[in-house]
Amino acid sequence: MREISASQITDVVARLCVEANCHLPRDMKACIECSHDAEPWAPAREILERITENYRIADERCQPICQDTGVACVFLEIGQEVHVNGSIEDAVNEGVRRGYTEGYLRKSVVRDPLDRVNTGDNTPAMLYYDLVPGDALKITVAPKGFGSENMSQLKMLKPSDGLQGVKDFVLKVVEDAGPNPCPPIVVGVGVGGTFDKAAYLAKKALMRPVDQRSAEPFYADLEQELLEKINALGIGPQGFGGKTTALAVNIEHYPTHIAGLPVAVNINCHVTRHKTEVL
Amino acid sequence: MAIRVTSPLTREEARKLHSGDSCLISGVIYTARDAAHKRLCELAAQGKELPLDVKDAIIYYVGPTPAREGQAIGSAGPTTSYRMDAYSPTLIALGETGMIGKGKRGPEVIAAMKEHGAVYFGAIGGCGALLSKCVKKAEVIAYEDLGAEAIRRLEVEDFPVVVIIDSEGNNLYETGRKTYLENFT
Repeated sequence: MREISASQITDVVARLCVEANCHLPRDMKACIECSHDAEPWAPAREILERITENYRIADERCQPICQDTGVACVFLEIGQEVHVNGSIEDAVNEGVRRGYTEGYLRKSVVRDPLDRVNTGDNTPAMLYYDLVPGDALKITVAPKGFGSENMSQLKMLKPSDGLQGVKDFVLKVVEDAGPNPCPPIVVGVGVGGTFDKAAYLAKKALMRPVDQRSAEPFYADLEQELLEKINALGIGPQGFGGKTTALAVNIEHYPTHIAGLPVAVNINCHVTRHKTEVL
Repeated sequence: MAIRVTSPLTREEARKLHSGDSCLISGVIYTARDAAHKRLCELAAQGKELPLDVKDAIIYYVGPTPAREGQAIGSAGPTTSYRMDAYSPTLIALGETGMIGKGKRGPEVIAAMKEHGAVYFGAIGGCGALLSKCVKKAEVIAYEDLGAEAIRRLEVEDFPVVVIIDSEGNNLYETGRKTYLENFT
């Protein structure tokens, strides 16, 4: 057994909250710059230039890239040989509290979806646990903005809807979203599992770098095909027209029931943020 | 070439702006999001005075991050506007002439814009760090308990926006996409 203290988790989460919000991942920057060069529509190129200028300012000043510093989605991959001294949940929430307060990040969480009183410190985090072999603890903090979260959808397709049904649904979600989620977007797709598992897979898909295709050729091809179809819709950056509607489509899949074909589409904006550290 | 817009904005000036116009706004604008809009409309329904002068006002849909020492405001980009659709017609009828946000608006808002003469501006979503540089002064004037959602009076200089929907109902989300598709497919 390897001992990891709760305070170590708190320190890492606090730091990752700030770093994820102020510094766009390298793969996202490269993808935005690449899209700019491939964008034939001048007004769209100009918006992509402003987006680039924005994350450079955020980098220089260590200032949030976007004012919606999100709800803190925290993914923990806990090695089975790890023992944490104290409550993991409390440790993560303390990290979020500290990161969002000391890092001048916006507090965007309400304590109850209907009475809507702000918790004042951006807690609680949305926690996802995975038990894995080994003695390491991998922590990923992904601040998730709600302009794009609100444009996400899930559908329980019939097995007879098949591959075409999945493609049609992904395109419908992007079309419905239009300019609302701050395109260019990143599209996370979860196929299979159960109602909740599909949604989890879609969120997890957003953690994969945008320049990394699925390891399985069938899904890698599907990701590429969907990206091309989405970018033929003409929505463009900010919805003012253009080729660059999406930067990537990431698909995760899982076995499912003989009667079902769940599909979840989790949309993220051009500020797709996540930062990982291994303890 | 960008059009210089001064805020407060009269209805007459608002009617001169057209969908697709790039504008630079200077002057005083107010911030309000979901929770503040709800409170404003509740006051209006009771016939009570609002904590800001809505006549000729431009309202910016934003909840900024906290300002660091020496900054007027933290990151301050637009939030998605359709969540304000239930409230905007009331404020437009009371004299609001401009809204700054991002994303689609409902038919009831566009109808009110046409009837009274108001415009819907878009700022670039997800560019909060860049846009914060155009805010020279920020002061909470109401609903401090709402934190980021409090109403703030902002003094802005050359704040960059595009007219998405004008007072005749022309919509850049429809025309921009159509023009692009006609030219490049």
